[in-house]
Amino acid sequence: MFEHYISLFVKAVFVENMALAFFLGMCTFLALSKKMEAAVGLGIAVVVVLGITVPVNNLIYTSLLKEGALAWAGYPEVDLSFLGLLTYIGVIAAIVQILEMVLDKYFPDLYNALGVFLPLITVNCAIMGASLFMVERDYNFGESLVYGVGAGTGWALAIIALAGIREKLKYSDVPEGLRGLGITFITVGLMSLGFMSFSGISL
Amino acid sequence: MSLRQILDKIEPHFEKGGKYEKWYALYEAADTIFYTPKSVTSSTSHVRDGVDLKRIMITVWFCAFPAMFFGMYNVGLQANSYLAANSLAMSADWHSTIIALLAGNDPGSIWDNMIYGAVYFLPIYLVTFVVGGFWEVLFAMVRGHEVNEGFFVTSILFALICPPTIPLWQVALGISFGVVIGKEVFGGTGKNFLNPALTGRAFLFFAYPAEISGDTVWTAVDGFSGATALSLGASGGVEAISQSISWFDAFIGTMQGSVGETSTLAILIGGAVLLVSKIASWRIVSGVMLGMIATAFLFNAIGSESNPMFGVPPHWHFVIGGFAFGMIFMATDPVSASMTNTGKWVFGALIGVMVVLIRVVNPAFPEGMMLAILFANLFAPYIDYVVIQANIKRRLARV
Repeated sequence: MFEHYISLFVKAVFVENMALAFFLGMCTFLALSKKMEAAVGLGIAVVVVLGITVPVNNLIYTSLLKEGALAWAGYPEVDLSFLGLLTYIGVIAAIVQILEMVLDKYFPDLYNALGVFLPLITVNCAIMGASLFMVERDYNFGESLVYGVGAGTGWALAIIALAGIREKLKYSDVPEGLRGLGITFITVGLMSLGFMSFSGISL
Repeated sequence: MSLRQILDKIEPHFEKGGKYEKWYALYEAADTIFYTPKSVTSSTSHVRDGVDLKRIMITVWFCAFPAMFFGMYNVGLQANSYLAANSLAMSADWHSTIIALLAGNDPGSIWDNMIYGAVYFLPIYLVTFVVGGFWEVLFAMVRGHEVNEGFFVTSILFALICPPTIPLWQVALGISFGVVIGKEVFGGTGKNFLNPALTGRAFLFFAYPAEISGDTVWTAVDGFSGATALSLGASGGVEAISQSISWFDAFIGTMQGSVGETSTLAILIGGAVLLVSKIASWRIVSGVMLGMIATAFLFNAIGSESNPMFGVPPHWHFVIGGFAFGMIFMATDPVSASMTNTGKWVFGALIGVMVVLIRVVNPAFPEGMMLAILFANLFAPYIDYVVIQANIKRRLARV
């Protein structure tokens, strides 16, 4: 059992890296990787948000939305899974709001560094993607907790590495037309090449 | 007229306003191969050393020669032994025409083997050099920087990690990707974050896996098929490897593989020069070794019934595949490795851990050295960042 969770975690972090294998959550990934502090902060925020939303969405899915999930209320034939997308977004938005208030109150520096991107986590495709993967792969509660934290850790790892590289690239002499986002796209592509070392591992 | 005078005489043509202003980069490259650059540090308190970037790069280039010559000999040895053992003739193409002109096919003759290997390796190196050099000079001319000897290193390392049978157009494609996307778009030598030679090879590896991995590409004879030591290990563990080749043979390098990677001994001869002259960082090399040994022992201890690679001990990991070559020549690339001393240990250890990890648990890639180094390159800046921040914190606490 424990081994199963470990392999699920490793798979979520490296093999199915949200940013570098699925290219999810690219907007914040590219926009907020200029400075290491902000990248680390956002990485942690994503880990927290994913670690909460995926299990919560899993609970909602299994006890309310799934076909036959409402049997306890006397409606065994009801299938509400078409409401999934809407519900997940709502849950994610609510949790991000709460996280924002907590950060504002206790970590104002981080709050200011993240700025507009924290509310934007709501529509970060990596967050949404993790919830949808959870449904698609039929994870139970424990698995979705591990998967959420793992997917978040993988994304955080990728953005931290990218921030390190971009800080180094400040001293580079990039051709004019490629400066800014252009070179970042190339960088991310090359990073993805480095992460290919994990593709094909089956755990 | 001496060479210096000739160079001085034609120099005005290449300077700003001269006839060949655009070609200044080429002139500068030719000039500084023979003489030290004219531009010297003029301000005070600056380290002045005869060993500049140019000399470092040329030294690395020379240090790759033992591996290169042994590689050529070995390509010939592998092919000729196979031909002799099966009493076959060479495959009929332009390679065999040239070989037949210059030498025979006796696997016992050093000359025959060298010629056979050279006929396969030199075109690869030539294409690498010409195509890569073209991009290097083009970017130098357009962007106004100097042609850097770093390219000598990139070109020979790239050529040495190709299988001898690789199609030449792929060589051209790979080195183009490595030089342009891996290095020049970031501004040239010293400004990239991945090792350009490995970037090019990784590109080929994923784009054309049939020509750069598997069982048929490592020996330059048509229709040859034979597993490399690593793929033997993946299917049968260390028993399967030692049945086909002894540890000492693997150390000397008489086995199949990419041109320059087979001989751990020849690589270590070049590596010794690099380490003594402090061009390659001993911290990175030690880190790679320690990481590899620790991880290999860990996997030995865990053991596995279904995966025989778990049982391969560290001294075998050391001699098979591209481990030694990557450790000495690729991991120590001063540009893409970590810069801080503590960081170099961590960076090296990360490579060592990753290479065994990929070799053992990833069935898709029997060889892990290339991807392990690229992966560590990604985290090198972050490792430095952590080391520097820790240092700042420690010193702040002392105030």
